[in-house]
Amino acid sequence: MSIWQYANPVKFLALSARVQPVLWVVSIAFVVVGLSWGFFATPDDFRQGSTVKIIYLHVPAALMAINAWFMMLVTSLIWLIRRHHVSALAAKAAAPIGVVMTVIALLTGAIWGQPMWGTWWAWDPRLTSFLILFLFYLGYIALWEAIEDPDTAADLTSVLCLVGSVFAILSRYAVQFWNQGLHQGTSVPVATGGRTVADVFFYPLLISMIGFGLLFVALVFYRTGTEIRLRRASALRARSERGV
Amino acid sequence: MALLVSDLSLARGGVPVLTGLNFRLEPGRALILRGPNGSGKTTLLRTIAGLQPPLEGQISGAEDRIAYAAHADGLKAMLSVAENLAFWAQVFGNSDISPALDAYALHPLRNRLAGTLSAGQKRRLGLSRLMVTGRPIWVLDEPTVSLDSDAVRLFADAVRGHLSAGGSALMATHIDLGLDADVLDIAPFRAASTSRVGASDEAFL
Amino acid sequence: MIALLIRDLRLALRAGGGFGLGLAFFLIVTVLVPFSVGPQQALLGSIAAGVLWLGALLACLLSLDRLLALDYEDGTLDLLLTAPLPLEAVVSIKALAHWLTTGLPLVLAAPVLGVLLNLPGGGFFWLVVSLALGTPALSVIGTFGAALTVGIKRGGLLLSLLVLPLYVPTLIFGAEAARRGAAGLDPQTPVLMLAGITFATIALMPFASAAVLRMGLR
Repeated sequence: MSIWQYANPVKFLALSARVQPVLWVVSIAFVVVGLSWGFFATPDDFRQGSTVKIIYLHVPAALMAINAWFMMLVTSLIWLIRRHHVSALAAKAAAPIGVVMTVIALLTGAIWGQPMWGTWWAWDPRLTSFLILFLFYLGYIALWEAIEDPDTAADLTSVLCLVGSVFAILSRYAVQFWNQGLHQGTSVPVATGGRTVADVFFYPLLISMIGFGLLFVALVFYRTGTEIRLRRASALRARSERGV
Repeated sequence: MALLVSDLSLARGGVPVLTGLNFRLEPGRALILRGPNGSGKTTLLRTIAGLQPPLEGQISGAEDRIAYAAHADGLKAMLSVAENLAFWAQVFGNSDISPALDAYALHPLRNRLAGTLSAGQKRRLGLSRLMVTGRPIWVLDEPTVSLDSDAVRLFADAVRGHLSAGGSALMATHIDLGLDADVLDIAPFRAASTSRVGASDEAFL
Repeated sequence: MIALLIRDLRLALRAGGGFGLGLAFFLIVTVLVPFSVGPQQALLGSIAAGVLWLGALLACLLSLDRLLALDYEDGTLDLLLTAPLPLEAVVSIKALAHWLTTGLPLVLAAPVLGVLLNLPGGGFFWLVVSLALGTPALSVIGTFGAALTVGIKRGGLLLSLLVLPLYVPTLIFGAEAARRGAAGLDPQTPVLMLAGITFATIALMPFASAAVLRMGLR
């Protein structure tokens, strides 16, 4: 049995029911621990004071904002190639979560930057890229809502996600070109294993990031389940209207 | 070359509407589709024209050989009759629109803007477009809407001319055109309402 | 293919709306800017290149929703699907017609409007070059947006929402090229990036637009 068995909505719902309780508990635990450790138990930064603590909210949210889009891209491709409805609905379900993460990233980014920049908003490349990502999310969600036939909506939004991804990456470079920026440079190069932020900041951040990641997964399971049930309800209604 | 449809299943709006459809349309023959409203005639014609894919089954002999005419005529109000026809002729690689104008008595109207035509005249123009495509198989969905009896006769003559030149015609119509045509009732091919095969929401039921 | 282009151009000329409307809008936006930021020559001169780019972009956006919707409504799109023309060619021709009737006039009108906004002397050439290079991309990307929204009633606003984020790279490089030209700096990098985007979109986007159109017409 491969992962593709979960393309079956019934099996997916069963998996979701088994997996969600654990995910919710663990993710909330990690988020709470990460945030409280970060906010309350770490020292203030000598330059940025206590507002640097917003990093524990900002970085995970920003990471999830991008991960959500990436997940939408993968599930959109799966829909276009293999026509698995669960995949298309998962993409649809992930989008609002991505939007919220993007908004959190933007708000916390502004709060973080304000003491340093002296303004509530600066057109720094990273923040600007997130603003553009926000617009992409809005368009994607709006397109889902605007089209009646669910399969056509899935098709069109999938292509939009693909094309949008290319342009989002292009925008990233364009925005960097456009503004050399005020961002302090990558402070959490987790992948490289190097750390430019001191360890004392790093662990609560890591815990927070894991928590947000699991929270995202839990939310996607939950919302995809809702979408599946909605789709089932409308299918049954359509059948009953035809006089079954 | 005949148009051959085998074991065709179609869906409309994601719900299966026809299953197991089989027929063959030979050159020089006309086939009239009959069936109640909503039975899937339009869906069938659109599928054969290539506008939507079937759920299952095969259509052979249709590739690049279909001329399709349905309710929307594809006419531009701000172009004249001749300009509209010439456009479609050029799209399909032809240039002579006179036979089409003759067949539907459109010569007197040739420089009138299509937007100023009556409904019947517009429909005549839309049907004349079939003749400039040069395609052998005419697929027609309710072609006689808005036509008066004279115009219906013109249309029937045009179809007869097309058939005798080796073309074929597949149409959904309630009108008796006086053609020597076979009739296919598609009601028996209606998908059972409990049928789920290929339904877009099949997985959810 | 040429037949389709000629038909669309003829329709644009006869219907009047698309052709002059974009230009008029461009003029209106340009005229309104001094009223909103004040008439100081120095200020206007420094923002002229960017404002003109933005005005051209918005004017292009205006005529997009009629691009495919009209043909959808009268059945032309369905009939074109059955024609020997590949759909990729159809959308490319549509984008070309849009550029000829909207983008190109904007390119030609821009220098005149540049005078209104006190565009510095060196800026005129690069403004025209950047617009000439960038407006085709706007048409091609806009056609993709129009294809996405082709069946949606009142899709104009949604079309704008979908297309504007896609316009950002072109706008950034185009306006930057015009701005650098106006300031006497070397605009080579943004011009090259702009050209790259335009050629890539012209070559690749028709495939996405055609795929989307087929999906929407089903």
